[in-house]
Amino acid sequence: MAPANAVLSPTVIESRRNSFYLNVQELWDFRELLYFLAWRDMKARYAQTVLGVAWAIIQPLAALVIFTIVFSLWAKLPSDGLPYPLFAYAALLPWTLLARSLERSGQSVVAESNLVKKVYFPRVILPIASTLAGVIDFVIAFALFLLLMAWYGIAPTWKVIAIPMLVLFTLGTSLAVSLWLSALNVHYRDVAGAIPLLTQLWMYASPVVYPLALVPEQWRTVYSLNPMAGIIEGFRWALLGGAAPDTRTAMLSASATGILLIFGLIFFNRMSRTFSDVV
Amino acid sequence: MTDISVKVEHLSKQYLIGVRQPSYHTLSDALVERLRRLVSMRGFFSHSQETFWALKDVSFEIKPGEVVGIIGRNGAGKSTLLKILSRITEPTEGRALLHGRVSSLLEVGTGFHPELTGRDNVYLSGSLLGMKKAEIDAKFDEIVAFAEIEKFIDTPVKRYSNGMFVRLAFAVAAHLEPEILILDEVLAVGDSRFQKKCLNKMEDVGKHGRTILFVSHSMPAVARICKRVILLEDGVVRMDGPAHQVIATYMGSDVGSSAVREWSDPTTAPQGEIVRLRAVRVRTEEGRVTDAIDIRQPFGIDMEYEVKEGGHVLQPFFRFTNEENVCLFCPPDLDPSWRGRPRPAGRYITTVWLPGNLFAEGRIFVDVALCVLHGVIVQFHERNVVSFQVLDTLDGDSARGDWAGEMEGVLRPLLKWTTTFTQAGEHPTLVVTKGSNV
Repeated sequence: MAPANAVLSPTVIESRRNSFYLNVQELWDFRELLYFLAWRDMKARYAQTVLGVAWAIIQPLAALVIFTIVFSLWAKLPSDGLPYPLFAYAALLPWTLLARSLERSGQSVVAESNLVKKVYFPRVILPIASTLAGVIDFVIAFALFLLLMAWYGIAPTWKVIAIPMLVLFTLGTSLAVSLWLSALNVHYRDVAGAIPLLTQLWMYASPVVYPLALVPEQWRTVYSLNPMAGIIEGFRWALLGGAAPDTRTAMLSASATGILLIFGLIFFNRMSRTFSDVV
Repeated sequence: MTDISVKVEHLSKQYLIGVRQPSYHTLSDALVERLRRLVSMRGFFSHSQETFWALKDVSFEIKPGEVVGIIGRNGAGKSTLLKILSRITEPTEGRALLHGRVSSLLEVGTGFHPELTGRDNVYLSGSLLGMKKAEIDAKFDEIVAFAEIEKFIDTPVKRYSNGMFVRLAFAVAAHLEPEILILDEVLAVGDSRFQKKCLNKMEDVGKHGRTILFVSHSMPAVARICKRVILLEDGVVRMDGPAHQVIATYMGSDVGSSAVREWSDPTTAPQGEIVRLRAVRVRTEEGRVTDAIDIRQPFGIDMEYEVKEGGHVLQPFFRFTNEENVCLFCPPDLDPSWRGRPRPAGRYITTVWLPGNLFAEGRIFVDVALCVLHGVIVQFHERNVVSFQVLDTLDGDSARGDWAGEMEGVLRPLLKWTTTFTQAGEHPTLVVTKGSNV
């Protein structure tokens, strides 16, 4: 009996010297594993919790209530003339997706050290799976947002079709940062402690609780280097109408994410060669 | 079609030891270390650490369908080799070529998540081990039946007993259908009945022309499953050849040769007033001292002694016990040429010849004793003087036949078997082997 794939070229195992090489075909071959790992993350997260998936609603809702009280009622921050809860929630949708993804995928390699030491698969699957696992929470939070819109009597427009693109953009940003964090975390566990701090700072550097208009014009360019600035403005535009994000902000945000992602992949790929020896 | 399944060429793996890897677990440590180097002018980014070669220039080839054992002491490089072949870690130098689909099983239950149900874990674990979802779908019922946990398949795995967990994990692994299967010491778990089942299943795999690489510390298991064995020592291939020879070499080097015991100083040798013990040896019919005994081959045990005072009738004994300290038998010397005859002073070597297909596999310990027959005065009785390992094979010509699993019992004789067949409704006739006029 001839092996079924004897005609295929053999697997070659040697020291990889080229860090720029990313085996896309192999990633595709392992797509089912990616799916199962993301699915496991989702399923295991809410196992043995009383409220289960309700947590996906409670968390953004609690943030929303706190933000409305602190930033709108007390600090009286402007909200582009929109009801503050809607204004803030539209930003919390992508923000929560990013923050939760970072929290999980930044630790993904270390958390799965047992797998890393015992099974082969393209390591980049770990941060990707953890990032994707946040999508279900997003979908639930998004459904809640639609209810909130109905409550305020605002109808969604055709611009909603931009949401999937913006979600992809958010996931890309999250992955770009996670690639760096998860690889660094293998060598330096300090990263785990730094992630909550980083997300805190990042949130205040993004127009989550305040409108972009509040940022002085001369700082806009620098500010727009933060991909979340463009994404959040995009969400507000797509869901609540108002001014379309200007091209400059969009382009800057997109290029920042793109560059971070490409170098993140290279960095991760390079570091992953020694994961099993170090983790 | 290729006639090589695995080709390893000059494979080496270097690990860094000392300063860098173990201690650099926080960023501040790393910074302090870099700073210290900067101050001491040793270069900010220098990597002058102590290194250690876990594998050094290892080369071999394996043909499709070969079942190869890899043995060696802890730290010899076995696990490093398997990790490289499983692509978990990269070699520092050299390369390996693997022809065909590879599955490696370095641990039982890798990827199992305690919160998820058995069903979920079958999919998760199967996919981690390289199975496609469609494949798992197709084999799902078979896997669950094999694990014997039908009733609990939708229960979270954390509520499983240890045995159930191991059975399910193994069932998934046993249903892999790779061309090359890499196994690291994973058969040492589970109850023995289930182990049998797994071994048989893996053997099935072997007979379909699949290549298996198998690391184990259990020499009986290696001898049983593998025809060829590679012995690693300090990261290099010390020996590569037929299982029994390599295992014999390994065990010889490992236990300081348990097959022979000699007393060079006559004053410390076990002795009575009349007889002094000099040496005990386990050897093949050809006279080669070894403690690895092929279950099919006859072998001998020598007792070498010195009769200091002539004129007595002597009775040498051997006593055989197994690992559970069960006495198997205790034969006295029956050699007719000396039976009942007083012996003159001098050196004697008394050998007991043990037939093939007598002991079950495992380690057997030998006591020696000698007494003067009239008056029964014990001259010496030494316990566990030598020991040897009985190794069974899967060639099919030992008592185990085609059975690959564990076998009970302290003896393993090769018996004659007969079966008579008659059509339903007729009376079977008894097989008569003696006194029959056919």
